[in-house]
Amino acid sequence: MKQIDAKELDFRTLNERLRQETDDIEILNCCGQRFIGAGLSDRKLLLRGTPGNALGAYLNGAEITVGGNAQDAVGDTMNAGKIIIHGDVGDAAGYAMRGGTIFVKGSAGYRAGIHMKAYQDKIPQMVIGGAAGSFLGEYQAGGVIVVLGLEEPDRRIVGNFPCTGMHGGKLFLRSRCEDVRFPEQATARPATKQDLKEIHNILLDYCAFFAYDINKILDAPFTVVTPDTANPYRRMYVEN
Amino acid sequence: MNGIYMTPEFDVIRSDARCTACRVCQRQCANGVHSFLAEKGVMVSDETKCVNCQRCVSFCPARALKIVRNDNRLRENANWDQDTIREIYKQANSGGVLLSSMGNPKPLPVYWDKILINASQVTNPPIDPLREPMETRVFLGKKPEKVTRGADGNLITTLPPQIELTMPVLFSAMSYGSISYNAHAALAKAATELGILYNTGEGGLHEDFYPYGAHTVVQVASGRFGVHEKYLETGAAIEIKMGQGAKPGIGGHMAGAEIVGDVSRTRMIPEGTDAISPAPHHDIYSIEDLRQLVYSLKEATRYRKPVIVKVAAVHNIAAIASGVARSGADIIAIDGFRGGTGAAPTRIRDNVGIPIELALAAVDQRLRDEGIRGRVSLIAGGSIRSAADVVKALALGADACYVATAALLALGCHLCRTCQSGKCNWGIATQEPELVKRLDPDRGSERLVNLMNAWRHEIMELMGGMGINSVEALRGNRLMLRGVGLTQKELEILGISHAGE
Repeated sequence: MKQIDAKELDFRTLNERLRQETDDIEILNCCGQRFIGAGLSDRKLLLRGTPGNALGAYLNGAEITVGGNAQDAVGDTMNAGKIIIHGDVGDAAGYAMRGGTIFVKGSAGYRAGIHMKAYQDKIPQMVIGGAAGSFLGEYQAGGVIVVLGLEEPDRRIVGNFPCTGMHGGKLFLRSRCEDVRFPEQATARPATKQDLKEIHNILLDYCAFFAYDINKILDAPFTVVTPDTANPYRRMYVEN
Repeated sequence: MNGIYMTPEFDVIRSDARCTACRVCQRQCANGVHSFLAEKGVMVSDETKCVNCQRCVSFCPARALKIVRNDNRLRENANWDQDTIREIYKQANSGGVLLSSMGNPKPLPVYWDKILINASQVTNPPIDPLREPMETRVFLGKKPEKVTRGADGNLITTLPPQIELTMPVLFSAMSYGSISYNAHAALAKAATELGILYNTGEGGLHEDFYPYGAHTVVQVASGRFGVHEKYLETGAAIEIKMGQGAKPGIGGHMAGAEIVGDVSRTRMIPEGTDAISPAPHHDIYSIEDLRQLVYSLKEATRYRKPVIVKVAAVHNIAAIASGVARSGADIIAIDGFRGGTGAAPTRIRDNVGIPIELALAAVDQRLRDEGIRGRVSLIAGGSIRSAADVVKALALGADACYVATAALLALGCHLCRTCQSGKCNWGIATQEPELVKRLDPDRGSERLVNLMNAWRHEIMELMGGMGINSVEALRGNRLMLRGVGLTQKELEILGISHAGE
């Protein structure tokens, strides 16, 4: 795999170098450079170090692997492709993503999967191995978000106000969620075997990327959350 | 009766002597006002359904119809006017948030009408645009702050990306979904023929309109509907919508019932789900965060497209614009409080925001004071009604104007302000195929071209009268404006003198 040393390169120079390449690239010494892989439609990127915000924004089919942590807005408005993070991610991961998959071995900050959508054959999926911060799946309009709570067993699996404004898609939490408050317009219930079949393949992928045993992951209760309506504001207005 | 009865707002007056019961009115009215009473052989009307869109009046071959204000009035009260009382009844009956369309109709000051334009007399000659060359072309984008030369001494002439317009007007954002396919087609065709740009709004770009990409501004809003790499690549410029003059500080909820067919496909969301644009961009809490979105768009399009940041005119607009100018944006669009909308809560539309005239003057002055005016171009919008408004806006500091309501009027809109119903009889603010086809995109485009060509000539005449032969020389030239009947404070903010001074 061809290498680019990102040491002391600013984001613009680094991204321009990336655009000039046609092969798979390993970026060494990544240190906060933003927008890596923005809009990229092919190739694989392997990142050593810590990329900056908006990694893989508008991603359109490429595959990005990060050896450690990533910062905010990973996969913003992503259309297709795959992002694999071997550490934690910051806030707003997968904001408005419409397709592709994001795998996070560790935990996610606030607002993961906010306004995630789905459209025809495009069903975005995000698996978070650790816990998720507050406002998980806010305004979720489609797609699948899975949170596994594997990293810190004592931490609540999700922060406050998950699924606020949710009007599409599904959320899976590997917990009974007795200590989690969901909003009125979403329904949380224990996941059935049938429900879990829907996420079996992405869990297999997750286990393959991060060396987990799927049986151990599945050997725990899951809660599934779905919206009650695709039209949460229908009754709110009167014509004037 | 569960709810409080409300007198219909309008009366349908039909001249029985003229009416031939041809039933054209019935076929033209999607609201179901007119019907044929077979036993009596006459047309009757249900005025409770009338929105005064003038469709039936326009199409009645016998000129037998007129729509008037219902003269059954509540007792006059200067404090509790009829509209205020009706709004209370509506809310008491329904419990709903009042929803309105198009721009603020309240009698708030229109500063354009209190500003007058100069002309040359004796000491410098006016210019006749019919006889002498006159430049209405403008380029929007960052301008270099200083002259730079390469090692060989030659000027470095690479500029940041620019939009070229043949006249200082663009059609402002109206999404496919809020307006029809045919309305979009007319705007796209007209913009292309005129050498200006139209704007997709936040509903994505229909695949049929990709060929008009060079004359399209593609919008990215908080809902990110229909935003993907090809969409961004197709536009001549990318606009980040932070706010809208008709509804500053709130987002949009497009009802699932309207997300059907091509609208769903273009927005890339399933049919029947609400299209929710959250009020904030949830990743933008600061100018630094805005900078991140600006640069992510620039990176995704390899720095070849100017990025516009559209904000609503609000109290602190000058400071906000200064921040936006430092965010890396190439162009700032400011939308005043009279700007139109396909639907907005009435209370927001009528009470939030400030007039574009004051906002524009304050922003232009602030950017000049800070020495960063050249970093951005300014587009002013929010009820630009005529070529005179355009000229006044340019002299107050705008590089160009956004025009939408005037463009809709050219397409046949009669400003009945019921876009939110989705039953526009003129085929503009509707997705019903039977209604959409009433707007012929070619004829609509022709009228838009007519309107803009007329405005362009008027702009030249007004400029010529001042002895100015290019938009460049008019921009920010506030000496060409005088106020009438304005207070000292208003004159100070507008940066103009009073007439007679």
